[in-house]
Amino acid sequence: MSSVAREWREIPGRYNLVGTKCTNCGRIFFPARTFCPDCRRASIGKIEPYALARTGTVYSFSVIHEAPDCNNMQKPYAVAMVETDDGVMIEGQLVDVDLEKIEIGMPVRAVLRKLDADGKAGVIHYGYKFVPQ
Amino acid sequence: MEVGIVSYGAYVPRYRIKPEEIGRIWGVDGKSMGKGLMINQKSVPSPDEDVVTIATEAARYMMDRVPEVDPKDIGAIYIGSESHPYAVKPTSTIVAEAIGATPAMTAADMEFACKAGTAGIQACMGLVGAGMVRYGVAIGSDTSQGAPGDALEYSASAGGAAYLIGSENIIARINKTLSFTTDTPDFWRREGQPYPLHGGRFTGEPAYFRHITSAAKMMLDAMGTKPEDYKHAVFHQPNGKFPTRVAAMLGFTPEQIQYGLLTPEIGNTYSGAVPLGLANVLDHAEPGDRIFVTSYGSGAGSDAFDITVTDAIKDYKRDNAPVLERILENPVYVDYGTYAKFKGKIVMPE
Amino acid sequence: MRDVAIIGTGVTKFGELWDKSFRALGIEAGMKAIADAGLAGDEIDAMYIGNMSAGRFINQQHIDALIADYTGMASRHIPAIRVECGGASGGVAFRQAYMDVASGVSDYVVVGGAEKMTDMDDAAINSVLDATADAEWEAGMGVTFPSLYAMIARRMIHDGEATREEIASFAVNSHFHGALNPNAQFRKEIKLDTVLRSGPVADPLGVFDCAPISDGAAALVLCPLEKAKEHTDCYAKIAAVTQASDTLALFSRGRDITSFRATREAANRAYQQVGITANDIQVAEVHDNYTVAGIMALQDLGFFPKGEAGKAVLDGQCRIGGKIAINTSGGLKARGHPIGATGVAQVAEIADQVRGRADKRQVENVKYALAQNTGGIGSAATVTILEAI
Repeated sequence: MSSVAREWREIPGRYNLVGTKCTNCGRIFFPARTFCPDCRRASIGKIEPYALARTGTVYSFSVIHEAPDCNNMQKPYAVAMVETDDGVMIEGQLVDVDLEKIEIGMPVRAVLRKLDADGKAGVIHYGYKFVPQ
Repeated sequence: MEVGIVSYGAYVPRYRIKPEEIGRIWGVDGKSMGKGLMINQKSVPSPDEDVVTIATEAARYMMDRVPEVDPKDIGAIYIGSESHPYAVKPTSTIVAEAIGATPAMTAADMEFACKAGTAGIQACMGLVGAGMVRYGVAIGSDTSQGAPGDALEYSASAGGAAYLIGSENIIARINKTLSFTTDTPDFWRREGQPYPLHGGRFTGEPAYFRHITSAAKMMLDAMGTKPEDYKHAVFHQPNGKFPTRVAAMLGFTPEQIQYGLLTPEIGNTYSGAVPLGLANVLDHAEPGDRIFVTSYGSGAGSDAFDITVTDAIKDYKRDNAPVLERILENPVYVDYGTYAKFKGKIVMPE
Repeated sequence: MRDVAIIGTGVTKFGELWDKSFRALGIEAGMKAIADAGLAGDEIDAMYIGNMSAGRFINQQHIDALIADYTGMASRHIPAIRVECGGASGGVAFRQAYMDVASGVSDYVVVGGAEKMTDMDDAAINSVLDATADAEWEAGMGVTFPSLYAMIARRMIHDGEATREEIASFAVNSHFHGALNPNAQFRKEIKLDTVLRSGPVADPLGVFDCAPISDGAAALVLCPLEKAKEHTDCYAKIAAVTQASDTLALFSRGRDITSFRATREAANRAYQQVGITANDIQVAEVHDNYTVAGIMALQDLGFFPKGEAGKAVLDGQCRIGGKIAINTSGGLKARGHPIGATGVAQVAEIADQVRGRADKRQVENVKYALAQNTGGIGSAATVTILEAI
């Protein structure tokens, strides 16, 4: 069973794509970083929460046939690298999509879905996945 | 103080199964079963969808249409369902977090069979009307269960709709709400049981029809209105047959219920049923339209609402989110095996 | 800093070694290397072990103590250090051992690499591999390790850098050499069609695009170059060992995904240190955990310009006798990929090449040989250049 606290503390990112922004250089981070790798020391105290756009386009994708247990019910399933409208690259599953119609450049939108659960009795993990726009 | 609907959003999963496919497995003439129930197909949630994700999608659409509303001004969220993913642990907190409404707010999950969603609307109306909250959110969302081979399996489906209740910029004023409630055990599910049981034909006359007609007549009496005063009517719809019959019994015409009756195409979404029917009506509503709504929850009770669409609907940003007709486009039909897999009806190793 | 030599190599058979335990494998490779070096064992000052995940694969942490104990080194109480760096654990362990000798702190150092993967079921193994990417924001989102490489391959094909056939041909090349290696997991040549028609893992990559799940161990003995001759005439000079890092998650690199900057950086530093270019290398072991990774490596190491490696491999230019001999051991694909052992086994292969000890796989007139080992999705890379003396 995974740690409840570990999932809980990532809720802003998992549910709402909340990352951070370095107000010193303007770079956006997802997942959230508390320190800008470009500005380093100059970024201290200048990192603010930033919610990514929930829309973007597919930069690359794959259809997974050898799935982890949590996705066995959905295989084959698609994953994608998505460039959000803010220009930030993130990865996630692409669901409710005709697998043969996925293409690079396709517009997608983030939704909340079940990612996994700790067995039948443990907590359910929710987070973002993408659907065609 | 005027209280009403400030915004709304609806969501139905993409997958569908037809009664003939279900009947094929159980040795039943599913087609005539579907005809009798007036159900052409029903929605099926994907394995990664549940009441939380359906409610979240509906709530996000609701918020997308009112970008001027700060989610932090939402003071209460109530989610009605009979398939909350946790027996203990609220659905509402997850959805509240997902729309950015936390933490200065109250939240609770509701259960009253198929009318828990409308019960949430009433609770929000009370809080808004009393000045306790600026906005309240009421959601009816279900991924309802029907035992394999049972009549319910042909109808039990998934979907939900969310309502932002407030007193500012309301697109539909709720003129009045009232309820008719008795202890009538027509349908139930005990703690820990995977599927509900029901009283067969007992669910009809003494349950569904008695409660809906009683609440509806109380409303017509209270408002001094007649069925013809309403442009649209929405009744609880466990199938297509019951609401059609109850509408006729009360004197409403098929035209009045055409937008509010979705069950023939999506099945019975339980707590989502009346909220979804009302959402489809609002998708088509014009200023001045009067809407008559009566829900039903087994156990049993009916909530009636008298609603008038306001001029504010003209400036309402409905197009910021897809209307139901668009959400229902491009369904994907699944066979019974896929359906059984998606619904977790296949025994898997731990 | 003083020059360092490799005076002994030892590699076990790689494969599904049902009757061999982790400790048995580690001992076998170590003993072979020490014997090859002509040492008794008492000379050893320190040992390093590259291992990715014994903690999860066999539920055993503290494998430095385990190996020191079972090789008899614990009775002499020498320092034993376990190194973890994902798939680059072996390469990094080798670099630590090299620095230990080069700095003058130790004279004789054994570096081992070992992994016992098959004591776990496939799904559990895959979840360990997934954890070498970002466990929370890649694996946790349902993005599997092979799917990351598949997304690189998809993008490479989309951008016209390589065709699906060219990418697949890397496995054909590795199997061609694997057939010549008695310790390889797969000693059988394959046809391009076999790769293209293999069962899908993460589209467009299939089973034959992926390195197998393997057990195995490898070991090397290092000592100062000036002392090498005291023990053997057959040694290799370590000309450079460099290491570079990159972001943990692939998505953190934006659009730049068809090249690993860590490999480029490590290679540039290594060439600079030795004062040579990629053209001076005759034989190389590259990290082909997936075919597409092999293609990228050939470009990132400068053997071929970007967009031309695939064509070269398909044309057979990377076989023994071609422009450059790539993965003469069979590579990760055919020799096998017991993760922690891989980086050490790669160096053992090129050491044997520069020492003229590679038997049927021997490349003629090797002056410089290179090994590239990566961890995660190009999040770490080591590059080693050996020189024939």
